[in-house]
Amino acid sequence: MVTAQKKIEISRLTVRFGSKTALKEVSLDVAPNEILAVIGPAQSGKTTLLKVLNRTLETSGDAVMEGTVRIDGEDIMRSRNVYDLRRKVGMVAPLPVGLPMSIYENVAFAPRQAGIEPRRELDAIVERCLRQAALWDEVKDRLDSLGSKLSGGQQQRLTIARALSHQPEILCLDEFSIAIDPVTTHRIEDVLQELRREMTILLVTNLVQQARRIADRTAFLLNGELVEVGPTGRIFSDHPEQQKTYDYVHGIFG
Amino acid sequence: MSGRRKTAVLTEKTMEALIRLCGVSAVVFVFGIFFFVFREGYDLLPRLDYREFFTSIEWYPTSQNRVRYGILALLAGTFSVTVLAMLLAVPFGLGAAIYVSEFCPPKRRETLKVIIELLAAIPSVVWGFIGLTVMNPLIIYLFRVPIGLNVLNGGIILALMSVPIIVSIAEDALKAVPDTYREAALALGATRWQTVYRVLLPAARNGLLAAVLLGVGRAIGETMAVLMATGHAVHIPTSVFDSVRTLTATVAAEMGEAPVHSDHYKVLFVIGILLFTLTFLVNLIADLTVRGIRNK
Repeated sequence: MVTAQKKIEISRLTVRFGSKTALKEVSLDVAPNEILAVIGPAQSGKTTLLKVLNRTLETSGDAVMEGTVRIDGEDIMRSRNVYDLRRKVGMVAPLPVGLPMSIYENVAFAPRQAGIEPRRELDAIVERCLRQAALWDEVKDRLDSLGSKLSGGQQQRLTIARALSHQPEILCLDEFSIAIDPVTTHRIEDVLQELRREMTILLVTNLVQQARRIADRTAFLLNGELVEVGPTGRIFSDHPEQQKTYDYVHGIFG
Repeated sequence: MSGRRKTAVLTEKTMEALIRLCGVSAVVFVFGIFFFVFREGYDLLPRLDYREFFTSIEWYPTSQNRVRYGILALLAGTFSVTVLAMLLAVPFGLGAAIYVSEFCPPKRRETLKVIIELLAAIPSVVWGFIGLTVMNPLIIYLFRVPIGLNVLNGGIILALMSVPIIVSIAEDALKAVPDTYREAALALGATRWQTVYRVLLPAARNGLLAAVLLGVGRAIGETMAVLMATGHAVHIPTSVFDSVRTLTATVAAEMGEAPVHSDHYKVLFVIGILLFTLTFLVNLIADLTVRGIRNK
């Protein structure tokens, strides 16, 4: 593969919290505009993997990291401006976190941090992101009310809008459908299909069927090890490379 | 119904009654205190010259010619010392809480918390003693003023006493903000200070307000330390180097000399009622503010 075709290159990534190993020698590449699903049972290191990408892992004191992670060929541990890196990577947490401010301010937060001040520009960003997250029609008349007063599904779409507000090149979603109903989940999945034209999407999910529905490729993590990564069709076929993968996606264990 | 089930129901009922008793007792004690303070002072209330009481600076409760109960100077004393103490304690207290909770390495955090809690355990008479023997000569030396027992001294001592309360409650409030908020803000490219300023402080504002108001309450109600550190002169201060006397210090100093059930004795209880009302108002305002914020 040519270097330009890799958006993210993870090589021999190991992460330890004290004596506990969260990720063991994981190597994984992600192509631009690809949707990569990461599946695996709880405690398999999925969330840790995402936290490495935007370097929020280092805020949890005892984490030790080995190996390299490159985004666009640049080693992220050496990136000069961690805030720029974090803006490049949009992150959607498993439980929606409406920051304690209005809907508008939630979405305008990151652009403001980045120094965008003109009201008209912010208005445009807020509207674009809320539209992209399929939330605009529901909240356009009450942009000034508190973000935390929205329903669970709306808050989750608000966090997606917020993650889009800094025009990320990579969008990471960590089990976004935990707090929302199947209908909204499908709507967001449609949104992701739209977004992939503009960005690379990493989707951590507990719902194996969700991976099957929308991912180009699927990676299976188990106890911090990458068991298998490949085209979603193969992972969900009757003949993945590893027996464990077959067992997991067919609900035989996990 | 089986025997075991009956026991469970009985235990449940007993526990419920006990817990209710604990809750009710707090109310009973507050009303009890108010009742007894009120009882001692009430028959002076209709006879008191309120205009003089609130607007006169003449506090001569034992005068042979004409007894005068003007508390304006005492109010000014309490007010000036409290305001100065809060001006010092709130920024330091909140700053320390933010540092301990958000910026400090975990090991140092534990050490700092122990020390701050130790600070809260120092009895007020010891603070007063520090005011008398350390701060007094220090203020005289540094500012070349004739006496170091004044608003500045009392304010600093009260600030030192309020800071640990503000720090520990404010720190709890900040710690109670879920980590997901911090992660969300960081993931959006915010710096640590932006995270604190834009996300954590708004999220914790009820707790932070409570911390500040408990500090104010402590400062208004503190007696022994201000009695020793403020110089005990009935006087409206024009600068921080003037000696003052506070309401609480007056009650503490004169209660022992005033003959029981004399007017002097009763007026001290009226001051008690006033102090009670003041702290009640502070709490009420706090409560309404918090509610206002919540409903917004």
